[in-house]
Amino acid sequence: MLLITCPYCGARPEIEFRGGGEAHIARPSDPAAVDDQSWAEYLYYRSNPKGVHAERWLHVHGCGRWFNAVRNTVSDSFEQTYRMGEPRPDATKERR
Amino acid sequence: MRRFSISSLLAEAFNAHRGWPRQWRSPEPKPKYDVVIVGGGSHGLGTAYYLANEFGITNVAVLEKGWIGGGNSGRNTTIIRSNYLYDESAALYEHALKLWETLSTQLNYNTMYSARGVLMLAHSVHDVQSFKRHIYANRLNGIDNEWLTPEQCKAFCPALSISPDARYPVMGGALQRRGGTARHDAIVWGYARGADSRGVDIIENCEVTGFSRAQDGSISGVETSRGQIQTRRVGVVAAGHTSVVLGRAGLRLPLESFPLQALVSEPVKPVFPCVVMSNAVHAYISQSDKGELVIGAGTDQYTSYSQQGGLHITSHTLDAICELFPQFRRMRMMRSWGGIVDVTPDRSPIIGRTPIDGLYVNCGWGTGGFKATPGSAHVFAHTLATGTPHPINAPFTLDRFRTGRLIDEAAAAAVAH
Repeated sequence: MLLITCPYCGARPEIEFRGGGEAHIARPSDPAAVDDQSWAEYLYYRSNPKGVHAERWLHVHGCGRWFNAVRNTVSDSFEQTYRMGEPRPDATKERR
Repeated sequence: MRRFSISSLLAEAFNAHRGWPRQWRSPEPKPKYDVVIVGGGSHGLGTAYYLANEFGITNVAVLEKGWIGGGNSGRNTTIIRSNYLYDESAALYEHALKLWETLSTQLNYNTMYSARGVLMLAHSVHDVQSFKRHIYANRLNGIDNEWLTPEQCKAFCPALSISPDARYPVMGGALQRRGGTARHDAIVWGYARGADSRGVDIIENCEVTGFSRAQDGSISGVETSRGQIQTRRVGVVAAGHTSVVLGRAGLRLPLESFPLQALVSEPVKPVFPCVVMSNAVHAYISQSDKGELVIGAGTDQYTSYSQQGGLHITSHTLDAICELFPQFRRMRMMRSWGGIVDVTPDRSPIIGRTPIDGLYVNCGWGTGGFKATPGSAHVFAHTLATGTPHPINAPFTLDRFRTGRLIDEAAAAAVAH
């Protein structure tokens, strides 16, 4: 089980959280203007990297707030968690 | 290839089985192939087998990063069934099930397919209604699936507890009698042996590191850890690593990779005659011919390539097993492991072309690819050989995420399937 550091509540066990998939996917600001392929990419296409991944988490059984995290998908270790609205930290170096 | 027969087995029995040849070669990669398959699991090897056997394309290489059958082919729970809700899925999985039924004969290799019946338990009124809907839909598609009362479930699977005191009492079940299990290694080895004997090169320890393109943008070859290989057609069958492999061609896909765990108990005498799955409480159990109870757990909630998942996922499954089968409460679990499964948004696979000419993909089998192996391999071979999809895999395009014609088994099954 992962130990996840909620930026509001601190380190808590994974069962308090719900994973929300890839972070920083912006909804097209004018949906009527985009073509079907761009809309499909917004809805369904994901980077799914083997390595560093920015993702959303919801502290559903805690403060109830969403936040973002950068995690390595090979080691599952978290590099950093940060609040919604903050830019993705430059966490490209691999940590095992 | 030396065929297995009663006479060859008897002859070898008197020779202490020292005369069997290697089942497949270990060739050096040639500079050029007609078709290159990326991924030496059962789907990839099966594709090569059908390419050679049905379509006469024998100048084929199967490139495998590790050893054949070392990925999800060796990490699944070996369950076979075809009772899917939607017409498109039903046709695909039924195609596979029909091939399973005669596969041992066709490959001259014992795949140990055992039609012992797959029983799916209902624990709520919603489950009952949903399963009956599945049964009626299956029957319209000519697929066997029948409703059992709790007493009939108990008669079919004596180990099952149908006590009304259970936390989630059994309210009935849907039984597909032709469903069952097969031996996961045998399918890998059987396809490898069959493909190799027809001229296919199976190249292990050969990772695809990139793709080369012709002037018009189409595929002209693959770069591998064992050198450059020229080819005009590439089929990527890389399961959980499909995003990684196709990322090397600059493609992004509607896929996410999750760990899916399974575990086995200590081996015991035959106690469990069928396969039982319960989506509501998430139990998934059968007994292997070796005697181990084979238990499938769920996926973790986060994407990962770690080939291991959280302990709470397996313990959650064991809670359900102990509730449904109280006699297993003192069984000891021997091993647990994880495989990386590539999941699409609608939980249906993608089998067909990619935006790059000459590059084809067979992926997105998620948590249920084993059962589809022969069907998946067969229709993908058809697609690679002819350049156009087989009618069965025609709906399973990558383009369906653009057009919106999803095959939404995710909504139909809700959990692992």
